[in-house]
Amino acid sequence: MKKVAVIVSALCMLIAPLAGIAANPDQDLKDFRDHFTKKFPSVPLQDFTNGVYSVDKASREQWEAFEDFPPYEIYVDKGEDIFNTPFKNGKTYSSCFPQAEKGIKQNFPYFSEKRGEVVTLEVAINECREKNGEKPLKYKTGKMAHLTAYLAYKSRGHKGNVQIVDSPESMAEYERGKKHFYAKRGQLNMSCADCHYYNAGGKVRADILSPAIGQTSHFPVYRNKWSLANSSGDGMGTLHRRYGGCNKQVRAKPFKAQSAEYRALEYFHTYMSNGLTMNGPGVRK
Amino acid sequence: MRYTAKTISTATSVAALLGTLAFSLPSISIAEDASAIAEGKKIAFNRKKGNCLSCHVIKGGKLAGNIGPALSIEGVAMKDRFPDKSKLRAQIYDSRTANPNTMMPPFGSHEILSDAEIDKVVEFVYSL
Ligand code: HEC
Ligand code: HEC
Repeated sequence: MKKVAVIVSALCMLIAPLAGIAANPDQDLKDFRDHFTKKFPSVPLQDFTNGVYSVDKASREQWEAFEDFPPYEIYVDKGEDIFNTPFKNGKTYSSCFPQAEKGIKQNFPYFSEKRGEVVTLEVAINECREKNGEKPLKYKTGKMAHLTAYLAYKSRGHKGNVQIVDSPESMAEYERGKKHFYAKRGQLNMSCADCHYYNAGGKVRADILSPAIGQTSHFPVYRNKWSLANSSGDGMGTLHRRYGGCNKQVRAKPFKAQSAEYRALEYFHTYMSNGLTMNGPGVRK
Repeated sequence: MRYTAKTISTATSVAALLGTLAFSLPSISIAEDASAIAEGKKIAFNRKKGNCLSCHVIKGGKLAGNIGPALSIEGVAMKDRFPDKSKLRAQIYDSRTANPNTMMPPFGSHEILSDAEIDKVVEFVYSL
């Protein structure tokens, strides 16, 4: 019997710290922040919301000039129109998002206990449509990007405020997203972290890699590349469009936009920018 | 020396078949080496193949990245960095053998490049 007790207590000693490591979003957030503030001591924390331009002074000026006449502006206006146009049943989006004018983007994504899944703003928008008898929108481009551009614009100035619910189901999604971020994938065998954590600020060919912190604050974005004739859409794209692009770069099969996998990734990824000021939509190369 | 060894042995058997040793073996393999180096360079620089420039500065390449150490360093020959050529091949075939968490793609293990292509890239890198 004595032996059993010893084994049990040894097991407890082993498991306890592991359990602690398995789910500690607070600590993760602190470590994540520390990593970048140490790596880029001259960059003020809030400036990371400017993505690659926070660490690449050379291209910053050009980008700031872009921001003087932002190409996403007309899409913010389009999004506002869509938002205020009644559905066939006479209701509008504001019946689902009564706080939209004051800014809601900072609270997304969130974990719904009732449904046991991560809810992103895009998913909430399509649910609102379906509840009101409208067809869902495509998730990567077009009207969805315009609507979210408008909602992001309304959220400017708010601080990222994602809540990681302390329940086993929510933690499992958080862990799944975290794992996606650090896992090597694709034929080229690279993780998000390889490019945007360990080598942030480094150069891959002529591209400077943005730090992962602050990456989510300004979505959706207008990209020149996405406005070209060989690209779908008008330049605007959602965060999951970008996830897919980055997965493809390493020759991995991208997941579907708004798949459980990408929603979990967004849950983790966006939480890592909590406390940073929302500044969407953005413009990028 | 994989590539060279192979070329020499083919060269030898061809020579044996022809029943003549009129060509001098060394000059054949030097010519073959030079073309292996040139082909290796093309593979290394090709974005759809090695794309080594995305991470390494290499003489003659434009728009190089800086994720990995420069492969061309003034006054430091690759031969001195890798006295054992098979170690250089291993680094390119699967860089995880040296660093399990490396960002450098496992060109051989993940079949990004064929064995023959890797042999040529090794010849090229060894010439730096
Ligand atoms: C091979 C390197 C590489 C990998 C791996 C990679 N990315 Fe990227 N990513 C880039 C480059 C290059 C850009 C464009 C420059 C920039 O903004 O960082 C970019 C841009 C982004 C952006 C847009 C940033 C902005 O400010 O608009 C996001 C978001 C992003 N990546 C997320 C991810 C995620 C999540 C993963 C993993 C699923 C990932 N990336 C994997 C290279 C990579
Ligand atoms: C995505 C980045 C990346 C790519 C692409 C890449 N490498 Fe590397 N390479 C690295 C890194 C990082 C190191 C440093 C060692 C490490 O972390 O594994 C390295 C190390 C090396 C070394 C060892 C240098 C030394 O002095 O120790 C050689 C040789 C090398 N790479 C050759 C190549 C060749 C040849 C190619 C293309 C066929 C290539 N690399 C493609 C990132 C890369």
